[in-house]
Amino acid sequence: MTPLLTVTGLKLDFYGVHVLRGVDLAVPAGSFTGLIGPNGAGKSTLFNAVSGLYRPKGGTVALGSSDATGLPPEELVAAGLVRTFQLARGFPKLSVFQHLMLYGADQPGENLLAGLFGSAAARRREAELAGRAFDIARRLKLDHVLDNPVTALSGGQKKLVEIGRALMARPKILLLDEPMAGVNPSLADEIAEHLVGLNREGLTICLIEHDMALIKRLCEPVVVMAEGKTLTQGSFEEVAADIRVQEAYLGRRH
Amino acid sequence: MVSYVIFTLTLCGIYALLALSLNLIWGGVGLVNLGLAGFFAVGAYASALATGAGAPVLIGWTAALAVGAVVGLVVTFATLRLRDDYLAIVTLGFAEVIRLVALNERWLTKGSDGISGIKAPLKAELGLMGFNLFYLGLVTLIVAGIWLLLRRLDGSPYGRAMKAIREDQQLAAFAGKTVLRFKLQAFALSAAIAALAGALYAHFQSYVSPDHFQPLITIYIFLAVTAGGVGRPSGAVVGAYLVVIFLEATRFATEWVPGLQPVQVAALREILVGLALILVLHLRPQGLLPECIPRAPKPVPSKA
Repeated sequence: MTPLLTVTGLKLDFYGVHVLRGVDLAVPAGSFTGLIGPNGAGKSTLFNAVSGLYRPKGGTVALGSSDATGLPPEELVAAGLVRTFQLARGFPKLSVFQHLMLYGADQPGENLLAGLFGSAAARRREAELAGRAFDIARRLKLDHVLDNPVTALSGGQKKLVEIGRALMARPKILLLDEPMAGVNPSLADEIAEHLVGLNREGLTICLIEHDMALIKRLCEPVVVMAEGKTLTQGSFEEVAADIRVQEAYLGRRH
Repeated sequence: MVSYVIFTLTLCGIYALLALSLNLIWGGVGLVNLGLAGFFAVGAYASALATGAGAPVLIGWTAALAVGAVVGLVVTFATLRLRDDYLAIVTLGFAEVIRLVALNERWLTKGSDGISGIKAPLKAELGLMGFNLFYLGLVTLIVAGIWLLLRRLDGSPYGRAMKAIREDQQLAAFAGKTVLRFKLQAFALSAAIAALAGALYAHFQSYVSPDHFQPLITIYIFLAVTAGGVGRPSGAVVGAYLVVIFLEATRFATEWVPGLQPVQVAALREILVGLALILVLHLRPQGLLPECIPRAPKPVPSKA
């Protein structure tokens, strides 16, 4: 079966510094794929190149069987690829509810004339999206902060908003860049449970994470990156036993 | 005195349209348009020339709207590859280009002599006083109409996407928004509104010349939107009325200061305007009617 996301030989450099040097990655449909590797391995850069922030210098990205190399972010979102950021980002003057609503797709009210003159279709869609936003907020326990601006949230809540608004876009695949980093342990555990639940409901997830216990608990397969390349891919046990992986993390033995 | 009040209120309305135009583009998608006076001039000349060639006034105004929108699109397309702060500089240059073209292309604009005798709708029928009152009502109605439309836009999904783009356009793209489409449409609409304000001004004054479109107008409008509250159409309108009334009030205030030359009086008025801006920014940096975050609707009972 074709993987949901296939990256082949992806290359990217900044001013001659080769950050991605031919990355291969396959995220099977329905999987909870873990992406690990030492700092500077190029994991976040890979997400950036796949999600449309940077245009890769070589190689291909495919969603299912259709080519998605170099597409702008909004087209990738429309195709079902949604991402979150390592440092939670938000629109400072929008409320949590507005963040959720903003990510809702197919809103005819985003047409200029519908915005100026009002439209029944836009109001219907707005009501649908609001229903979905309330469901997601309840699920992620954000329902009591819906009217707060995101700047007034705790670090953990900001991470939850990142996940919640990504879900509003009805993703096929979710790229999560360290969603548990910097969050207190009990909330991190809660986020992990949410992710497991979403994955069971059929959402494909690709997760960058440094906590090996979490990776072991959540992810199959696990992909290891080092120095801008994919080192190996397999179950956590296989990968952990690989001598190259140990070298990448601990330094090479001479 | 009555005709002076009517004149001032009409000017208030025209400035309010300019403020609504600026608020749409600056408070909406976050683009700084320093070329407002240029779009104002484009509309004024477009309508003056169209009606001068025999078109009815309504056609002139429609022409101003259309020409404004097209020029707005041209300016945004020309600056697509520039960062937003460069857009500000280019728009400032654009306004000067328009003024200089109006000054030098005598065959079209009569240069510094300006175009006089611009049709004043129904002036013959209504008489001078009647016309002034009628025009004040008309301008006020147009301000109210555009304010209502822009207020609705502000609260719509379109407005939400615009504000997201203003806050972080990269993140807005990751929310699935086609940033460029929103910027182009908002800029074109904003330019069209500024041009309509120019057309209304031209037919009110019956005379336009390049001198009417100094960059100072743009500064006053920024002042109005800042004082009123960036990102809220009501704030823009209130700000514009306050700025024009304040500008006119300084005319009387400076009469009370004895022993000043006319040049010094003019300078004193500008000092007062500057002081007022500093005071507003100090006391209410978010403006008199600040942007507010809309509350979420009441949740519907879950189906689950």
